Amino acid sequence: MSAAILDGDTAPAPAAGRRPRVRQRKRRGERILHWITWALIIWLALPIAFVIMFSFNNPHGRYNITWSGFTLKYWNPSRLFGQYPDLTTALEHSFEVAVIATIGATVLGTLVGLALGKYRFRGQGATNLVQFACIAAPEVVLGSSLATFFLQARFQMGELTVIAAHIMFCLSFVAITVRARVLTLDPAVEEAAKDLGAGPWETFRLVTLPMIMPGVIAGALLAFALSIDDFITTEFTSGSFQTYPLWIWSASRQGLPPQVNVMGSIIFLIGVIFAIVYSIFSRRRA
Amino acid sequence: MRGTRTKLTPYLLMLPGGLWLAVFFVVPIILMIGLSTMSGNIISGFGDPFHHFGNYIDGFTQYGHQWLNSAIYAGLGCLISIVLSYPIAYWIAFYGGARKSTYLFLILLPFFVSFVLRTVAWNYILSDQGIVLGRLKHWHLLSQNFHIIGTAPAVIGGIVYNYLPFMILPIYVALERVDPRVIEAGRDLYANAATVFTKVVLPLSLPGVFAGVLLNFVPAASDYVNAQVLGGTGNNMIGNVIYNQYFIVQNYPLQASLSFSLMGILLIGIFIYARALGTEDVLEAAAA
Repeated sequence: MSAAILDGDTAPAPAAGRRPRVRQRKRRGERILHWITWALIIWLALPIAFVIMFSFNNPHGRYNITWSGFTLKYWNPSRLFGQYPDLTTALEHSFEVAVIATIGATVLGTLVGLALGKYRFRGQGATNLVQFACIAAPEVVLGSSLATFFLQARFQMGELTVIAAHIMFCLSFVAITVRARVLTLDPAVEEAAKDLGAGPWETFRLVTLPMIMPGVIAGALLAFALSIDDFITTEFTSGSFQTYPLWIWSASRQGLPPQVNVMGSIIFLIGVIFAIVYSIFSRRRA
Repeated sequence: MRGTRTKLTPYLLMLPGGLWLAVFFVVPIILMIGLSTMSGNIISGFGDPFHHFGNYIDGFTQYGHQWLNSAIYAGLGCLISIVLSYPIAYWIAFYGGARKSTYLFLILLPFFVSFVLRTVAWNYILSDQGIVLGRLKHWHLLSQNFHIIGTAPAVIGGIVYNYLPFMILPIYVALERVDPRVIEAGRDLYANAATVFTKVVLPLSLPGVFAGVLLNFVPAASDYVNAQVLGGTGNNMIGNVIYNQYFIVQNYPLQASLSFSLMGILLIGIFIYARALGTEDVLEAAAA
């Protein structure tokens, strides 16, 4: 609707004679903006195109940066997963951490979001402040302070410390998303459930939870995306435990094998397909 | 009985998440502040906390150059990002029509590839003998010693690239909320297109720009990945210093003082921002 108005199509016709020129100029402006938009989309997609293209490359040396012939051999599962077992393990670790951290952060964050959205209580201001600081704090600070903490507590760093760190920085994002959803709810609905004889647990399970579900799902997806791609905090808290981004980081100095490109391409395609299916489903439900 | 129960409910809901944040966020930060005021080193041991504030002075005097780099790279990155993002956000919000969400999806595509892999991919694309520069040099369009990787513009380019969607989205959200009737009203009052933009659309979209700056500046100023991958050794930012002090030099007190200074500066900046805009907006923008 806004587009139609800016086009000038629905605006009342001004004095004849001026209109065509104004309109032409506007069209040209619109076209230039359209080109800029596409140019930037292409720029944003360029490294992805590079990653996918070089997954089919057949490099001569260690460096997979110059094109030297098409091959499908790195897409062969035995070479893809077998040649660098560390890389395969790192990828598994990434998914393991992301799934566990998403579940943990979603459960804890949903409870915090409910408390912040539904109730007024002492300490609410402090909680908001801590959450805000947690989201706004630079990752290098989060990572280094946590690592120092684990060192001082003589806690062996590894998968558990990475999961603890991921739950920590994902939690606030889930809480904010859920809180925003809770604030849109009409308290009368819950009161109606209580009036009809539902206990607090039944009210939560049958009324509140289904209503806040879109917020919970959005928060969980955000947590998963943040966790699976996290690099800085993970590097500080991981010890010798490696995830997919950490493996790429440490291997990039000697040149990345095409297997990294293949895995990157597969993750990209899965993510894109998932996002498209999700948006189609949510649109249909709406 | 029922009364106390409802009074306790929010605390019970808060308990697990609050404890988690307390143990893994608040306690480490407090420990870090304590550590930052200790003297000594890893070999001879550390002194007592809150006795030695020289680390802060050392942090700023020894690494002034890297602090400055962080401010300049992140600041320039933000500016370039605004200039690039505004037209896109504007076009999608007002001319995107039915395909708005498709365009937004295309802008978010890079997030489906790992952050480290994207940055390393730029390093490969722009490497001295890579597919772009190597070709151009082969055709004698560029001199042999021309290079992009290892320069400050490469770092700024990487920063703009990696955080651009975080600028486009909040500006888009702000523009999308602009009521078309307001624009129409401006027209009816005989404002020309430029006046409508500067007096109506731009002021209404400023909260989006502010949120975008926040979402870009904080991670950009503390990032060390772009500087290390694209900037080589000569363009270090404060994030690289913190990284090196932690992993290589292992001067934990100095590293802690640098971290706390960085966080303090950024949080004070954000706080002033939040005061000017209302905390809710900033929090919501951060969540989006």
